[in-house]
Amino acid sequence: MTTIGEMLAQGPLLTDGAWGTQLQANGLAMGDCPDVWNLTHPDAVRAVAAAYVDAGSRVVLTNTFRANAIALGDYGHADDLVRVNQHGVMLSREAAAGKAYVFASIGPSGKLLVMGDVSRDDLRRVFAQQAEALAGAAPDALLLETFSDLDEALIALDAAKSTGLPVVVSFAFDSGKQRDRTMTGLRPEDAARVMQEAGADAVGANCGNGMEAFPAVCARMRTASTLPLWMKANAGMPQMVDGRAVYVEEAVSFAAHLPGLLQAGASFVGGCCGTSPAFVAALAAVWREGACVSA
Amino acid sequence: MPDLNQLYAAVVEGDQKLAIAVTEEAIAAGIPAMDLINGYMIPAMDEVGRRYECEDYFVPELLLSARAMKGSLSLLRPLLAAQGAEPVARVAIGTVKGDLHDIGKNLVASMLEGGGFEVYDLGADVPPERFIQAIREQRVSIICLSALLTVTMPSMRTTIEALREAGVRDEVKILVGGAPVTQQFADQIGADGYGATASVAVALARQAAGVAAHH
Repeated sequence: MTTIGEMLAQGPLLTDGAWGTQLQANGLAMGDCPDVWNLTHPDAVRAVAAAYVDAGSRVVLTNTFRANAIALGDYGHADDLVRVNQHGVMLSREAAAGKAYVFASIGPSGKLLVMGDVSRDDLRRVFAQQAEALAGAAPDALLLETFSDLDEALIALDAAKSTGLPVVVSFAFDSGKQRDRTMTGLRPEDAARVMQEAGADAVGANCGNGMEAFPAVCARMRTASTLPLWMKANAGMPQMVDGRAVYVEEAVSFAAHLPGLLQAGASFVGGCCGTSPAFVAALAAVWREGACVSA
Repeated sequence: MPDLNQLYAAVVEGDQKLAIAVTEEAIAAGIPAMDLINGYMIPAMDEVGRRYECEDYFVPELLLSARAMKGSLSLLRPLLAAQGAEPVARVAIGTVKGDLHDIGKNLVASMLEGGGFEVYDLGADVPPERFIQAIREQRVSIICLSALLTVTMPSMRTTIEALREAGVRDEVKILVGGAPVTQQFADQIGADGYGATASVAVALARQAAGVAAHH
């Protein structure tokens, strides 16, 4: 097994961009469960990962964000849980072809602990089940992404760590006037500090409210933690054009924030909702121009 | 005599058990329901809104306060109904077809119930027909649509179009919200109102119902 530290020995790594919008471009219909495509449309899923590897991604995720018992159950696919997760890892591994690490994606439950929608024991079971399924296909790391609630993240981290794989925990800071809090009010510095204390191998932010806000979030995490920082911004707020949601931030202006992000201490940089292989290619171009200072 | 300031505190702190206990004592002591609501509970929700605005409270605290308010109201509503008091308005709320996310929708539903609305929660992944049915059968006058995903936002438009085709569009006010939803989008699809956060839901719905705000 390669540790996160060993992966970063040569410097920061470029990650990938959004998956959902890429699958939609290949025919995923509204209301379909994207993760089930690992079984029904493996070529389309592999193609997303391959497009990111071609664009320069050195870390690719898996199409398993919602492949937990709660979300798959909502879609009526709970019985496919192990296969959906393991095929997700296999497809990204094939696309990576030895050129990129595969970080297996685990999203939040979508339920709120504080409201009693779900119990701590339920969450423990749900995250342990997905983490073990993913670990069975041997990804390079597990990524807990788009989390909001600190307690839920701690439960998921504990479950993920028990697989023995490196674990990255990433939060969505999209709330509050400055858009620097998670939905539950968590601050970047608190998230970073608590995750380090709880044994995460890296911590970070994804989704959020556009790339502009990310250097500041990254710098605030850096003040509270010595862990490698994982940063994947979305492409701002979508606007409706011809009845479709379109992200207006363009690849070049997105990538222009890369030097600031690296200076703020980021070790992994990529994109979230609304970004595409073109965004990763734009990041790679800035990277090659020598923006890639060692953090 | 119950300490009614505890009712205020229970709603502000999101303590449903205490809210219910104080409400039960107050009812037993013969205190009019409207005095509890106007004198303690609505001011408490105003304080919750203020704390949300200054980022002392976030979504979980709003939900807990709304739940405390709801617990108390569930005891008071039968008394109000017996006196012939009507809800502010009847509302049907749901996450649109294709979208399974419900945290935001649940929050708005709780806030509206706390604000004195009668709320029909249609759940998540709700087809347009269910909203049409709620207009025809429950006589709701406000429809609230939620979406978390950019891909399911167009479902808001198709829902409004379906209401128009069914001839019921003008019988209701339509309010929309959700993380990717914007005022621009709300205008484009012909919604009557848009809220960026759940904390404005009650004010928006009161406006839609043609009721003056409290302040």
